[in-house]
Amino acid sequence: MYITVNNKLIETKKEETILDVLNREGIKVPTLCHLKGMIPTGACRMCVVENIDSGKLVTACSSPIYDGLKIETHSQRVNESRKMIVELLLSNHPDDCLYCVRNKNCELQDLASELSINERRIRGRKNKLPLDRSSASITRDPEKCILCGRCVRVCEEVIGVACIDFVQRGNKTIVGTAFGKGLNTSSCVNCGQCIMVCPTGALTERNHFAEIKDALQNNDLKVAIQYAPAISVSIAEELGMEAGTDINGIMNAAIRKMGFNYVFDTTFGADLTIMEESAELIDRIVNTKTLPLITSCCPGWVKYAEEFAPDFINNLSSCKSPMQMTGAVIKSNFIEQEKIKKEDIYSVAIMPCTAKKFEAQREEMTQNGISDVDAVLTTREFVKFIKLFGINMHNLQPELADNPLGIRTSAGKLFGASGGVAEAAIRTAHFKLTGKELMNFKLGELRGMKGRKEAKIKIGNLELGVVVINGLANTKELFEEIRNGRNDIHFIEVMACPGGCVGGGGQPIKMDENAIRNRAKSLYKIDDNESIKVSHKNPDVQKLYSTFLGEPLSKKSHKLLHTHYQKRDVVI
Amino acid sequence: MKKILDKYKQTGRDSLIPILQAVQDKEGFLSEKSIIKIGKQLQLPVSKIYGVATFYNQFRFQPKGKYHIQVCRGTACHVLGSATVMQELERTLKIKNDETSRNGKFSLEIVACIGACGLAPVIAINGEFHAKVNSKSIKGIIKSLK
Repeated sequence: MYITVNNKLIETKKEETILDVLNREGIKVPTLCHLKGMIPTGACRMCVVENIDSGKLVTACSSPIYDGLKIETHSQRVNESRKMIVELLLSNHPDDCLYCVRNKNCELQDLASELSINERRIRGRKNKLPLDRSSASITRDPEKCILCGRCVRVCEEVIGVACIDFVQRGNKTIVGTAFGKGLNTSSCVNCGQCIMVCPTGALTERNHFAEIKDALQNNDLKVAIQYAPAISVSIAEELGMEAGTDINGIMNAAIRKMGFNYVFDTTFGADLTIMEESAELIDRIVNTKTLPLITSCCPGWVKYAEEFAPDFINNLSSCKSPMQMTGAVIKSNFIEQEKIKKEDIYSVAIMPCTAKKFEAQREEMTQNGISDVDAVLTTREFVKFIKLFGINMHNLQPELADNPLGIRTSAGKLFGASGGVAEAAIRTAHFKLTGKELMNFKLGELRGMKGRKEAKIKIGNLELGVVVINGLANTKELFEEIRNGRNDIHFIEVMACPGGCVGGGGQPIKMDENAIRNRAKSLYKIDDNESIKVSHKNPDVQKLYSTFLGEPLSKKSHKLLHTHYQKRDVVI
Repeated sequence: MKKILDKYKQTGRDSLIPILQAVQDKEGFLSEKSIIKIGKQLQLPVSKIYGVATFYNQFRFQPKGKYHIQVCRGTACHVLGSATVMQELERTLKIKNDETSRNGKFSLEIVACIGACGLAPVIAINGEFHAKVNSKSIKGIIKSLK
């Protein structure tokens, strides 16, 4: 099949849309409502192209392709139509780009500049709508919303939560929650995928900059910081390096330059999680307790389970997430060693995640009323922090993280990618059950971006059924199967965001699937190159157990490293 | 409520609007509780139902007041000054369109046309028409109800 684009003959496949063809041919057509891999809505009309034969403007994202189709992608008429749409969108938009978090990183701003909109031709009445700062993770500014509907669709189709939708109609339409209440009382799981797709600054993370800066200024406070396994491979492109590059050592150096007293790698906590979680898995299998065991590292997933699948709460691992485990060890074992009072340490975490902001302030994550983690920065905020402190990452020499939580294994590093927790847990469980290491550490069938991955893994004479989910909406089918009696699964890993934490809601905004893949690849490369590939061989973890915790699932580790969940009564 | 939901037990999300209408007929408005119940039965997120219900003018989310005042904002009434009548009502009752006063006595609703253009501007209180009202006469009417 052939179509003519701008007088050039192009071969196409039947199932392609015009937009697919144009993207493939390197012709950029602007889009606002389009989301890759989802059914097009054709709502924003930005992608219109001119059909030469009919003389009509048709949407490239949703119009069918046919043999002999002739289109112009940038004719005068098309350009003027696009320009008009953006001018109308801008007519009631708050003009505060300079003060907006998305300044220089905004699709609406980019379009206005690309279409050379240099004056305000259309004046509309500005939206006057209240800011929703109720959520611990996400701030909504409906004034900046252009109603493209991407957040609504991601929330429903990828995450399966649907806590927001279009409310009212006509020029009163807004994107809002049920009954117009705050996001905190809605079923929102704080995953932040809505922020990732928002073309403007209508959705952002809740910012803790001021508190952290205050803590750094305060001489009475020691400030500790930890960063998630996914961070070191996620910020390179923001700093002008190749996407996916691992800059762990340089990051340590940069963090020290900012004035943080202690730098820890959450990957240590991930190793700790694996020790506890694999012990829990073995305990549940050997003593025939509730199975399958479901991971609880992802705070988005945990809240989802509490709201949408309370019948699976007993299946959730009681382990805290690596961030909370590291936080708990910092505010117990570490401060004891360093002789710091609990009130005198401020603990920060850099996470690729907005839900971690919610997790850090959960009541269950406190010891005697003091949070284990005081503030959470997303990857995006961390990059801003680097720039704020004027640190040139290109001139730094790599440094090591602080002890005693400094040594990590590559198994913990895998946590950043979907399937990584399962892979790391199986490696350790295999050793604990059989006394031997796995022949091949690579569990290829659990890797990759597919929403649901399944594998059967032989451990001695046990055939371990493992399912890995990324994108919360994919849990629905699986849970229905289990409710209907499926019982060959022992272990389920769930990550709320597509691709796992490397695709998290706190990551740099302009992110495509390739960036996520590169980051995951980078994590697997670290795994290939490193010598300690299993959590139970981490010498620092072993030391922590021998000197402080005792053994996995001991009384002390239960107190510090485990938690509980409860059914949440929210409007769903 | 239960009766209504039972009646629609065999149907899917396509019967959302008939259910909403039936519930509003029965209870006078759509309460949060009833919307949540409808969502459970149809397996629809509450935000979706709220989105649909707010799309249509016919649904209200607060109970009607003892005196439900409908203000006609059709063309004829508009030409003869229904906007000022509405303003006056909002000012004296301290409520806006689709709201109910705190003591539950008054509620306001704008309607497109109640088919009495000869009487314009017209308002209806609990279905009873008041013809050729203006911002002065409306005060008296409200006073007589208080």
